[in-house]
Amino acid sequence: MSRHSLSRRTFLAGTTLAGLATVAGRGVLVPTVWAAAVAKVGEAAPGFTTTATTNKGVSLADQRGKIVILEWTNHDCPYVRKHYESGNMQTLQKEITGQGVIWLTLISSSPGTQGYVTPKQADELTSTRKANPTAVLLDPTGVVGRAYGATNTPHMYVIDKSGLLVYAGAIDDRPTTRPSDVPVAHNYVRAALDDMAAGRPVQTPVTRAYGCTVKYA
Amino acid sequence: MSLRGAIAIFVCVFQILGRDPEPATAASEPETPRVRVELLSEVAAIAPGQTFWVALHQQIAPGWHTYWMNPGDSGEPPRIEWALPSGFTAGEIAWPFPARIPVGPAMTYGYSGEVVLPIALTPPTALAPGARVTLRGQASWLVCESTCIPEEAPIALTLPVVAGAPPPDPRGASLIAAARRNVPTPSPWPASFVATTESVTLSVKAPGLMADRITDVWFYPARWGAIDLAAPQRARVDTAGIRLDVARGPLRDAVAAPIEGVLVVAERLDGEVARHAFSLTAPPRPGGGDHDPALASLLRAIVLALAGGLVLNLMPCVLPVLSVKALGLVQHSSGRRSMLRAQGLAYAAGVLVAFAVVAGVLIALRATGEELGWGFQLQSPAFVTLLAWLFFSVALGFSGVIEVSGRFAGVGQALAARSGYGGSFAAGTLATVAATPCTAPFMGAAVGFALAQPWPIALVVFEALGLGLALPYLVLTFVPAWSRLLPRPGPWMARLQQLLAFPLYASAAWLVWVVSRQAGPHGVGAALAGLVLIAFAAWLHQALGGARTLWRHTATWTVAALLPLLIVVEIVALGPLGAGTRAPAPEVAPGGRLGWEPFSPERLAALRASGKPVFVNFTAAWCVTCLVNESVALRSPAVADAFAKKGVAALKADWTSRDPAISRVLGSLGRSGVPLYVLYPPGAGIGAAPTLLPQILTEGALIGALDKI
Repeated sequence: MSRHSLSRRTFLAGTTLAGLATVAGRGVLVPTVWAAAVAKVGEAAPGFTTTATTNKGVSLADQRGKIVILEWTNHDCPYVRKHYESGNMQTLQKEITGQGVIWLTLISSSPGTQGYVTPKQADELTSTRKANPTAVLLDPTGVVGRAYGATNTPHMYVIDKSGLLVYAGAIDDRPTTRPSDVPVAHNYVRAALDDMAAGRPVQTPVTRAYGCTVKYA
Repeated sequence: MSLRGAIAIFVCVFQILGRDPEPATAASEPETPRVRVELLSEVAAIAPGQTFWVALHQQIAPGWHTYWMNPGDSGEPPRIEWALPSGFTAGEIAWPFPARIPVGPAMTYGYSGEVVLPIALTPPTALAPGARVTLRGQASWLVCESTCIPEEAPIALTLPVVAGAPPPDPRGASLIAAARRNVPTPSPWPASFVATTESVTLSVKAPGLMADRITDVWFYPARWGAIDLAAPQRARVDTAGIRLDVARGPLRDAVAAPIEGVLVVAERLDGEVARHAFSLTAPPRPGGGDHDPALASLLRAIVLALAGGLVLNLMPCVLPVLSVKALGLVQHSSGRRSMLRAQGLAYAAGVLVAFAVVAGVLIALRATGEELGWGFQLQSPAFVTLLAWLFFSVALGFSGVIEVSGRFAGVGQALAARSGYGGSFAAGTLATVAATPCTAPFMGAAVGFALAQPWPIALVVFEALGLGLALPYLVLTFVPAWSRLLPRPGPWMARLQQLLAFPLYASAAWLVWVVSRQAGPHGVGAALAGLVLIAFAAWLHQALGGARTLWRHTATWTVAALLPLLIVVEIVALGPLGAGTRAPAPEVAPGGRLGWEPFSPERLAALRASGKPVFVNFTAAWCVTCLVNESVALRSPAVADAFAKKGVAALKADWTSRDPAISRVLGSLGRSGVPLYVLYPPGAGIGAAPTLLPQILTEGALIGALDKI
């Protein structure tokens, strides 16, 4: 089912984007999503295009053939800080991108809310925190976050090489802000990648994400 | 500068920078910027070995909230790490039901303003009276507004140890009692759910609930994943219970296991709305899935109703009517086929119209909140008496005493004449009326289903029942080959008709027995007097056979006119749908429980005259609040002890079916509905005014009121 519906979505993507590019004018990219409903594990991941901190447009469709990790974040959220201050998130990013996986960090905080950053601030955070994402994407209107049903920071998604959403939920099984929980936690993202590497379905495809709510507009 | 001041400035600086403060990990006192916590106790001293309630009291800054045990799509529940003296054990938090706090596309469950989270503590038995014990713990919680902050603080409480009953702590006891009122009680109703690919339908079998009393229903699942928390919940309340439809949650395999959670039902009472929380576990019900369950169960109900209608033909009250109709066919099987068919159609029409009328009245009465089922008319002794008279009259006709049968059952000339169509229609009506006391197998399920449905569907099911009843006769008239199977006409027909009178006499006798159960000796007297009058009228009609027609009819109808008079007497004596003088036996009181005696104004007056204090529990099976009060307060052993200590008589006034006597007492106390709890102090003298207890009853309030008398 997946391949067929995916190609249809990609086609839809093309038409939507063409229309929007005209409206948006030169040099400005309006974040775009095409999806009938909120993302569901086991179905095609909603396609999207939004701006990276580099000011370049990044589209999910461009990553076809590669595994993609989406990480929703808000650097001031205590739950996010647990994973960055302990170095847990950076380690995971480095390990996973080293295997040729695309890691996209998304920020859906709207302007004026906690976690909202300019492209420059986002890049500074990446360098000061020694983070290793493939790219940091800005979603201040929240259209991408809502399409994925992202409710928390951190909120993690894994998309397989064919564009199927195979995991959505928490980063691990310790829903706390205590850094002492990090070393003993079972990491769901790593487990999903291990399952895919072993050629088996993801054993735990959906979990309850934990963290701060996403600060949507 | 104090440490607290330093923290405050630190917090301000961070807020100016638009950042969150550091978690208050080092707070040395139970106060943080957003939540003030304290440890409460319901007792002012500890009795060795005696379990008591403590509570974490959170006072939350405006705009902020903390979380329930299932925080929802985000958030984290508070927790306590106890450091109790040795031998003490602490239970889990007894969570009061939460509020819904939507955040963007997410739904969270939590508390704002303030919340009291009760925990049962059990001290060891080896505690020395006079010693002082300090209960300590570390409370941690997440508090959110638009941003979220994890906070924690130490909690502590020092209490002396006493021998014997510990004195209550007035503030702690009242706060904890109020909080425990909001802790879910186990659901008295079984629940189950059906999941489709898109939705989950939760069914709670709470028969007799009244939709107009229930203002709101919400289901809070105990765990994340099975249902979409942010989706609307469409609840329907009818007399079968509560049905709640909600979108499936993201955890697809969560519906393979039972769904646990808390159902909060808001009930409208006299001038207020009470919210009650019930904990329930709903196992998955098979049968959901690909096909539309509603349609399947409708088809099943129609098939069952048809079968039930067919079986009704064999019931002793219906069989004679049908048989005599069939005799008519025997006589006229040589008649024109089209005429026979018309007879069959007229009969079927009579049945269907009568069923529509009965079903219509039943549905309409239920819509007004009457708790009625199939055969509801039989709850009225007046109707049962009328039915007995009708059976008796028809039976007399069959016996050849009067010609009523000619009208109703359509025997003989009536069928041959053109007016026979009217006779067939009347026979169909009679068959339906005669069928009402009989509950055929299969009918129960179909009728039960029908009554839980919207009225058009209910009507369809009832008409299927009618069609089943009409079907045998209809087939006989439409398939001549079958009617040829009937024996040839002859004198045996008159004998058979006379024989068939006896099931009808038996039915009449049974109905008089029913009246004796409903209305006692007076009712039986009226019913039997009516039978005598009918027999007399029949005889008069025959005896005056030679007299002028006018005379004959006048005399007969004068006697017959006395019948309604009897009914009027019966109604005046018993009330129209009167429950009669049914006297249920007092409930047996199991050990440690309160024994209830049925209420009557006379019993109340007698008890008060004897100088005893009396407690009256005005309740009804359809009243959710009454149910909860019974489980949290009235059934408690402590309450039973208090009743015994004060020698209080306990009367239960059951208003499940409207009882005019109870309605009058309610009215005299200024109330129009239940629950109502009234405590009459001892002594019937002036000034001994009754105390009206709160409609939301707690064990503490009840014992407190008993202590005052």
